[in-house]
Amino acid sequence: MTATSFTPVASLIGGALIGVAAVMLMALTGRIAGVSGITARLLPPYEDDQFAGRLAFVAGLVAAPLVALVVTGRLPVQTIEAGTATLVVAGLLVGFGTVWGNGCTSGHGVCGLSRLSMRALVATITFMATGFATVFVVRHLS
Amino acid sequence: MAILLQFAIGLVFGAGLLLSRMSNPAKVLNFLDLGGIASGNWDPSLAFVMAGAVAVTFAGYRHVLRRSQPLFAERFHLPTKRELDLRIVTGAAIFGIGWGLVGFCPGPALTALGFGSRAAFIFVGAMLAGMWLARFLSHMPSLSRIATPADPLET
Repeated sequence: MTATSFTPVASLIGGALIGVAAVMLMALTGRIAGVSGITARLLPPYEDDQFAGRLAFVAGLVAAPLVALVVTGRLPVQTIEAGTATLVVAGLLVGFGTVWGNGCTSGHGVCGLSRLSMRALVATITFMATGFATVFVVRHLS
Repeated sequence: MAILLQFAIGLVFGAGLLLSRMSNPAKVLNFLDLGGIASGNWDPSLAFVMAGAVAVTFAGYRHVLRRSQPLFAERFHLPTKRELDLRIVTGAAIFGIGWGLVGFCPGPALTALGFGSRAAFIFVGAMLAGMWLARFLSHMPSLSRIATPADPLET
């Protein structure tokens, strides 16, 4: 476990920036900024003609650290402690769960709550609860 | 034009993840560790990320959705489904377990690819496999009796 410091101001501003992106996507394309939905629709079967736009959005996400590197001269801190087996299992669960449950932290947690959607509220409470429970089991019961 | 703008929006979203530190799995896990409150290791920063994001999106959506249509599309694609079902709960529950194991949800995991870390490529590879499997199962007609079809417009 790596200790991290409380960063309320940076986190609030960063969060607001995520909100700006979500509002811009709605204003321009009329779509919800749900990262899991956008990413999953890069895989077949294809139901519409939005592939290029979705790929461009994902490319922007991937390119963000490189832009940060150019602007600030270094990459932000990132600590991943999980081993290969845990990464594979967790990746499968996150991929399957977000598609099965129609959304992730951005689609349900940000966009859905902002639309006062009851489904998004239930989903957000559920994934927060199992997230809390999982960390509790891993850190305090094993 | 719309494609370039969607790349720019992805960049802004990714910049938000980086600035807010949500891109750092260690920080996410320390937020999810409620047992850390007693020991002083709990990091509540992520609540501020959510607060900032929801505040801006709530205000912005109210403004944007008052228009007749988006700039580059003929209409707004908003979820219409309202009723709760087992599927949204089980899916979210499964997602939360994976989130709690590593500290990655889909956005930060994709952003982590740009760091060039091996762990991010392994995680995203598995995530895409999981997404494909869920989409495959969703489209199987035999499953439509036990699983209500997903709202195609939700997220």
